Amino acid sequence: MTAATYNFAYLDEQTKRMIRRAILKGIAIPGYQVPFASREMPMPYGWGTGGVQVTAAILGPDDVLKVIDQGADDTTNAVSIRKFFQRVAGIETTTNTADATIIQTRHRIPETPLQEGQVLVYQVPIPEPLRFLEPRETETRKMHALEEYGLMHVKLYEDIARNGHIATTYAYPVKVEGRYVMDPSPTPKFDNPKMHMSEALQLFGAGREKRIYALPPHTDVVSLDFEDHPFEVQRFDRPCALCGAEQVYLDEVVLDDRGGRMFVCSDSDHCETRQAEGFRGELAGEKLDASTSDRTEEVI
Amino acid sequence: MYVAVKGGEAAIDNAHRLLADRRRGDRSVPTLGLDQIAEQFALSVDRVMSEGSLYDRRLAALAIKQARGDLIEAIFLVRAYRTTLPRFGHSEPVDTGAMQVERRISACFKDLPGGQLLGPTFDYTHRLLDDELDGDPAVEPGALRDGAAEPATQIADILGGEGLIEEDPLAPGEPGDINQTPMEFPLSRAMRLQSLSRGDEGFLLALGYSTQRGYARSHPFVGEIRIGEVEVEVFVPELGFAVPVGRVQLTECQMVNQFKGSAKTPPQFTRGYGLVFGQSERKAMAMSLCDRALRAEELGEDIVAPPQDQEFVISHCDNVQATGFVEHLKLPHYVDFQAELGLVRTMRAEYEATRNEDVEIREAAE
Amino acid sequence: MDAAVTHAFEGGFAEPVLDAQATFRAVMDAMARPARIIEVAPRAAPPASLSPLVGAIACTLIDADTPMWLDPRLGESEAVRAWLSFHTGARLAAAPAEAAFALIADPGEMPPLDRFAQGTQEYPDRSATLILQLDSLEGGAPLTFHGPGIKGEATIAPVSLPADFVRQWTENTKRFPRGVDLILSAGEALACLPRSARLIEVEV
Repeated sequence: MTAATYNFAYLDEQTKRMIRRAILKGIAIPGYQVPFASREMPMPYGWGTGGVQVTAAILGPDDVLKVIDQGADDTTNAVSIRKFFQRVAGIETTTNTADATIIQTRHRIPETPLQEGQVLVYQVPIPEPLRFLEPRETETRKMHALEEYGLMHVKLYEDIARNGHIATTYAYPVKVEGRYVMDPSPTPKFDNPKMHMSEALQLFGAGREKRIYALPPHTDVVSLDFEDHPFEVQRFDRPCALCGAEQVYLDEVVLDDRGGRMFVCSDSDHCETRQAEGFRGELAGEKLDASTSDRTEEVI
Repeated sequence: MYVAVKGGEAAIDNAHRLLADRRRGDRSVPTLGLDQIAEQFALSVDRVMSEGSLYDRRLAALAIKQARGDLIEAIFLVRAYRTTLPRFGHSEPVDTGAMQVERRISACFKDLPGGQLLGPTFDYTHRLLDDELDGDPAVEPGALRDGAAEPATQIADILGGEGLIEEDPLAPGEPGDINQTPMEFPLSRAMRLQSLSRGDEGFLLALGYSTQRGYARSHPFVGEIRIGEVEVEVFVPELGFAVPVGRVQLTECQMVNQFKGSAKTPPQFTRGYGLVFGQSERKAMAMSLCDRALRAEELGEDIVAPPQDQEFVISHCDNVQATGFVEHLKLPHYVDFQAELGLVRTMRAEYEATRNEDVEIREAAE
Repeated sequence: MDAAVTHAFEGGFAEPVLDAQATFRAVMDAMARPARIIEVAPRAAPPASLSPLVGAIACTLIDADTPMWLDPRLGESEAVRAWLSFHTGARLAAAPAEAAFALIADPGEMPPLDRFAQGTQEYPDRSATLILQLDSLEGGAPLTFHGPGIKGEATIAPVSLPADFVRQWTENTKRFPRGVDLILSAGEALACLPRSARLIEVEV
């Protein structure tokens, strides 16, 4: 059982055809979840098997692949998935957003605006935006068929009544082209506006739940809201401590047990690119030189 | 001092190296041979074959060794491998009536054609730890019957002769294949049985148990359990007939359940069915209880309990899916957690502000 | 074994994995950007009356799981049927409504779009994809579309579509999310019209 015995990009051709057909139907019906006969993959369900199957079905030898998790290329699961494709498809990989033709992601959309010709592949755990309101597939399917989304609005409004806010901060539901309510995957709602009228094709794969859906480029994607409570994205009251970027999503890093915190770009490529261009945040000077090996110990 | 985490790849490599080390354990202890696992942990191997959906003792043994004995991990290894295998075709339905039985018991009749055969069972063993097994005591070979076995008539045929049990006709058309088609509820019974047969033993056991305690009670009797080998045949169009391709060991459970009958149907017993690879009586019995419970709608029963709810049972019975999704919670989620943290902080600040206002108003009033 | 069947073994993908991937990416890009013409080198060589590009798309998307309907011009060719059967493994659908894919060499004479599988309101993906072999994607009456995948609007002017195509397509988009999707091909040019592409009424 070596890599040599597996087909290019791991999946057999019949499986690829089945997934490719589902992708085309997904593109033709933006926001609609196409059922597909998801396969077992050599990584666990819930760890990106849907995204991996979509990537495997579209990937060619000329593609350049970027894989991110939490916005970063070097998070363990991103490393693992990137390694998988290097091994089974021998393709080129990159961490640079602009150089990638396919970007597989979990939980973030890159800060750098995507371009025509790029494909963003999302790993989706629960594709059904109505699932937490109605656990039955037979019921939610009917609700989508009848465009019956009242329950979702009631839920969001109850949040406001109880908390003064819509309590959904990630996987914030969107409406696609005025028709389907869609789950954007658990990206922070900060990223929702990036889906709207994107230049890139966006594909969503949910392996365990066996669904594929899509947003073609230049597609109308609106986050659900109310006139008196318009949709708002998260704001951070300070720039990235390393590159000084504003209007980006930040990770909070705990520095000590006395309340010390710093905030740094979640998109590691964006941050590194800015630092290379000479941008500096307030703590950038204190950054130690590569103590990579020490850090690796800690990771273990 | 903060340094952006690098070296995820090295960390993964080191983790896997340590895993290999722990798997091997003390090097002075001989490594396990796959034949030892296949022979002496045969029931673990059976479970891995059954829930892994691949009948291959050697690969199941390898998976158990690789998984350090974690059977769900082993099942996952086998599933991930089987999905890469090309499909050459499908077998003819196996004839469990023609099974070479090693064990066959019925709880419904004292005796029946084919007899009660206890076979290699834990039943009636006293669960006393046997220190002799610390060594390698001599073991007598099993006693074998003389001559050919009497054919073991299936319980359904015995009761069916009197019309006392519902018929179980072949559903028309192809049975479908849970590997090839996305699930669409409601599922046919054939699709449900496929899912149950590879479903998690513990999950089905608990659900089956709950039916006995009144959550969709079905008054079950073990019509019969049989364990043994059957021949697997594949139809070859070029030859125009089916040819045997091998033998597999199966455990089959036919549960006989009460049914009142209706205006249209005379009173008769109903069926619950379980069939799994290898020797796994507990799983086959639990499966047949779950199958019967899931037939509620078809039999005109009210759906009042989880074991009757096909979306609930079938969507959650696969342990490879379940373990993946439960365990994915340990992956980094800090981007989403940050989003929640931001909201909770905002709401906290608002709460404090309102409370301070209230205090000020009260103080002013006093 | 007659001549046609012998020929059926030839003309498939030379490199099935990579050829299918390249052809699929072209179709996916075209479906994601409706009414935009994409040039793609056909990698198959089917018997006459089936174009190399349509042959390549068939090899890419169609298999034993997807019944296929052939219009009379393709269906009456023993060579075409044998070639498609060998290279895709697909079975022929008895009627347009039963097909997942329809291959159409005579678009002017094709059955109305609403005679193909439209999908259901709950499963709109269970609808047909029609692969049309046209004389040209340019030079005909201009058709202007808007909708997802289109920045502003997009115009193509295919030659040899049915005379009442504008009316038929307008009805097709009205059925959304149900409806058929079209893959238009001419020579080495490809353009797609998913059901989401809405025609903009042009003053005549």
